[in-house]
Amino acid sequence: MAEHRSPPPSPRPEGGGDHGSLSSQAETVQSRGGPSTELILDANGLHSFYGASHILHGVDFTVKKGETIGLMGRNGMGKTTLIKSMLGLVRPRQGSVRVRGVDMTHAAPHAIARRGIAYVPEGRGIFPNLSVRENLIMAARAGVDGRREWDYERVLHTFPRLGERLANGGAQLSGGEQQMLTIGRALMTNPDLLILDEATEGLAPLIAKEIWSIIKTIRASGIATLIVDKNYGAVMALADRSVVLVKGRVVFAGESAELSGNQELMHRFLGV
Amino acid sequence: MDLAFILIQLLNGLQYGLLLFLVSSGLTLVFGIMGIINLAHGSFYMVGAYLAWSLASMTGNLATAIAIAIPLTVVLGMALEKLLFRQLYTRDHLYQVLLTYGLILVFEELRSIIWGDDVHGVAVPALLNASIPLTENLSYPVYRLAISGVCLLLALALYLLIQKTRLGMMIRAGASNRDMVQSLGIDIKLIYTLVFAMGVALAAFAGMINAPLSSVTPNMGSHVLIICFVVVVIGGIGSVKGAMAASLMIGLAETFGQVLVPDFAGMIVYVLMAVVLVWRPEGLFGRK
Repeated sequence: MAEHRSPPPSPRPEGGGDHGSLSSQAETVQSRGGPSTELILDANGLHSFYGASHILHGVDFTVKKGETIGLMGRNGMGKTTLIKSMLGLVRPRQGSVRVRGVDMTHAAPHAIARRGIAYVPEGRGIFPNLSVRENLIMAARAGVDGRREWDYERVLHTFPRLGERLANGGAQLSGGEQQMLTIGRALMTNPDLLILDEATEGLAPLIAKEIWSIIKTIRASGIATLIVDKNYGAVMALADRSVVLVKGRVVFAGESAELSGNQELMHRFLGV
Repeated sequence: MDLAFILIQLLNGLQYGLLLFLVSSGLTLVFGIMGIINLAHGSFYMVGAYLAWSLASMTGNLATAIAIAIPLTVVLGMALEKLLFRQLYTRDHLYQVLLTYGLILVFEELRSIIWGDDVHGVAVPALLNASIPLTENLSYPVYRLAISGVCLLLALALYLLIQKTRLGMMIRAGASNRDMVQSLGIDIKLIYTLVFAMGVALAAFAGMINAPLSSVTPNMGSHVLIICFVVVVIGGIGSVKGAMAASLMIGLAETFGQVLVPDFAGMIVYVLMAVVLVWRPEGLFGRK
């Protein structure tokens, strides 16, 4: 299987004129013709272990600015371990992780997050001992380039249900509301990349649909997204590129359409 | 027994309880947030008292001594967390008990080398050295009222810090999910260092302001430590609110116990603990 490797990052005009008309025009053009080539996340040859078991076997993985990536694979193939290895929550034994061009392989998780990555973990990770409001405002932070597009008001505007439960403890929310809270909390950090690990797991179909439409809105706002979800169809419909893991190895990395159009690959790698 | 006498005992009990709260709030925070059982917490109380005594005898003024001593104890707390306690977060309680018990011995030995083994007294600051007459022959010292006031203010500040500020939210979040806090870009190690240093400074400060009320003696930390563990257990491990309620309960129980049933005064605190634990095994405000 041919590995899809991206070209080296090209410098993007930065500095004072970042929000100027020129660069926003450039971004519009880019988003029409596919995402920018600047790499937010660039992992090379990752080998990770849980205790004695060797989970990742030399995984390469990249996310470009503004890009949507579907990360797929059956249970236990290493998707969550790959995410955690890139976020500093699991230490890879070998390989490197670069975030926006800087080596962060041995950096602390908070330092990696501060380079513009937000994580919505499997199981959601809300703070049950904090109120909904506190869960959101404790995370508030400007983005890497000082952007403050997402704030408390905008999150509540995007998730009106949360506005009705501000004083509730995190543990008193329904599953869907908890998921919205986790996504809202992640957006409060003004990320360039949002990682969603099983965001719709265990949700009623209608709620899951709502979450997918929220993910679409986030994607359209220019935030890159990395999506892990059992609903492969929905992932591939949204993702610019898809990556499939089998037993800790990348067996497919390429255009989502290439994968979704290939019954044989789908069956062999994903069992569908 | 008349009203004035009861009032005095009440004030004494509250004052003692508030002082206990200063020491035990740090103990319960460090346990609740970092999961550390710190047997050396009483040593910080002792260090505070000795610092107050030695600096007050150098400067001639307790207030100045306290102003110098507080930054020192904050630095001590930060250094201990960074050098020693940080190693304990991922380890089991046995290591924590071993290290922190060892620290008690180290602190006692250092105290003996630096300050000697004598018992000392600290004078009540002249400004507060007065009494409010209650009846013809009963009066209440202003200094005790003053430290009760200071303790109440600190308790309020601690409450506001933990419940109302973003730092407080991060601290509470850290108690529930450490990885998630880090994934939001928050430096949990820095938060741990701050919480630990705050606990050390609060315990030491309690030792400083209490120095004029009781003598400054070797091993004074161990009695306080035991009572503070009782407070933490009664209040519910990790709960600052619980520490407040339990401190006041114990302060009043011990004070009135000494007056009403002097023969059993030593037991009263432990009977109280047993009763509370039978009724609520998780403590007054503990999580089940």
